[in-house]
Amino acid sequence: MNDLSSLRADFPLLQRTVGGRPLVYLDSAATSQKPEQVIEAIADYYRTINANVHRGAYRLSEEATNAYEAARAKVATFIGASSPSEVVFTRGTTAGINHVAYGWGLNRLRQGDRIVLTVMEHHSNIVPWQLVARHTGAELAYLRLTEDYQVDLGDLDEVIDGRTKVVAVTGMSNVTGAIPPLPPIAAAARRVGAIVVVDGAQAVPHSPVDVATMDADFLAFSAHKMLGPTGIGALWGRRELLEEMEPAEGGGEMISDVGLYESRWAPVPHKFEAGTPPIAQAVGFGAAVDYLAKIGMPAVRDHEIAITRYALGRLAEIPDLRVYGPSDLAARGGAVSFTLGDIHAHDLATILDEEAGVAIRAGHHCAKPLMREMHVPSTARASFYVYTTEDDIDLLVTGLHRAREIFGLVG
Amino acid sequence: MAIDELYREVILDHYRNPRRRGTLEGSHVHAEGENPSCGDEFSLDLAVDDDTVTDIAIQGQGCSISQASGSMMAEAVVGKHVSDVRELAHRFKRMMSIEEGENPVDPSRPGAVLGDLEALQGVRRFPVRIKCADLPWATLENALGQIDAASEAS
Ligand SMILES: Cc1ncc(COP(=O)(O)O)c(C=O)c1O
Repeated sequence: MNDLSSLRADFPLLQRTVGGRPLVYLDSAATSQKPEQVIEAIADYYRTINANVHRGAYRLSEEATNAYEAARAKVATFIGASSPSEVVFTRGTTAGINHVAYGWGLNRLRQGDRIVLTVMEHHSNIVPWQLVARHTGAELAYLRLTEDYQVDLGDLDEVIDGRTKVVAVTGMSNVTGAIPPLPPIAAAARRVGAIVVVDGAQAVPHSPVDVATMDADFLAFSAHKMLGPTGIGALWGRRELLEEMEPAEGGGEMISDVGLYESRWAPVPHKFEAGTPPIAQAVGFGAAVDYLAKIGMPAVRDHEIAITRYALGRLAEIPDLRVYGPSDLAARGGAVSFTLGDIHAHDLATILDEEAGVAIRAGHHCAKPLMREMHVPSTARASFYVYTTEDDIDLLVTGLHRAREIFGLVG
Repeated sequence: MAIDELYREVILDHYRNPRRRGTLEGSHVHAEGENPSCGDEFSLDLAVDDDTVTDIAIQGQGCSISQASGSMMAEAVVGKHVSDVRELAHRFKRMMSIEEGENPVDPSRPGAVLGDLEALQGVRRFPVRIKCADLPWATLENALGQIDAASEAS
């Protein structure tokens, strides 16, 4: 796994210190750091190409439009989409799921229809569906979890019943790292004619994703979690569904004709991109997928499996520490949630930051229903990416021992 | 070291053995507070008779700072006149405000009343944790507000 260690030099922020110590960044599930190649692509766009897109009849605008559309093509290729027109640029995962909930759900769902989610979902794959359920009279139902917080397939056909129109599931939990088994879940959805929406916020950055073979209709993800900038993400959708989906936002750029009382939409994907889009961010997003494609997503995944194996092994040495989530490395990614004795996660985060320069996340991770299932108000979470090293994990472990000392845990 | 000033023994003691935990029977007001970003929760039952805090019971879950702050607060306010409780809340806030000078509550000066609560001074060095220490006090102010509203209405 050490063959990725040379990548660290590409990430300027990883060279900095906090409180006089080298920064150990273990919060990539919240947002990733950015390589020089991405930062430079954005700066270069502003230095040399900046203009509005799809508007000007001058060459600069054409260049900006080309850069924006080239980024779309890169993202499409990265996820195996059959055409760039199946990729809608959005503000991020949250916006992508809201597009589907409002653009598709609001028009298709009726009283008594079912929307099926899992208990491990991020709030962004729960709340939009609650809102749309309220508007349409559809009901929410949940796939429960097993003891190691994996989706329980035992009652699949009872939950995904004949009323179900949408099954929305995460590709990877941002809390436990659990990777739900999509094929049987999607198959159950197909049996009842429901569409399958995948929250790819964690899956797309951390594992090879190929929409051509994945049994899904929509996939939403965020650039900022995959080495790209904030403010942009993508929603991939099957062509037919994108065609029948209504825009959730109206404005400039998304129309082919506007009258006083009626308008006609631009073809997909533009009908979903109202207003001036995040152009520089799209260019940065393109540079990020170039960077990941160069490493190769199988290599990214292998690195994370190796670093997660190492981390789980080292964490197991610490008395009073409990890890939540699957232990099978094939069924999980590199987000590790844990508690340590009676030390609250916020106290852990403060101590790790202050005493070891280690940045971890503490709290409910925008997954309160999952936290209730785990019977904890919060956990500490360390999460990894291409630049994470065994040294980082060792410093985390040292910091956790220090936390036990400060809290007087013995043994 | 800053971290040792934050996690003083007395704080860990209040965290692990919170005083006055529970609920009140009889006449009281109830107030709840929460820091939604971190999930800390704190609630209290407050009994006031003749402008004096006669009893308080606290509940909650969260980090050592929020829970210890609540426990210390409960100990500090019982038996006090409501106006003294307000003064205490004011002093506590001043102690927590980072803009104030190095040591706004000199424990040796006449009239210092914060007692154990001064152990929370170390929190000032950790700006993101100040809201943890403040949570119980904001909840208490909410309860006092309810008492004011009730007395105005009657
Ligand atoms: C699993 C999952 N879904 C959705 C989101 C929301 O992503 P964003 O905030 O970029 O829209 C996140 C990120 O926090 C996530 O981890």
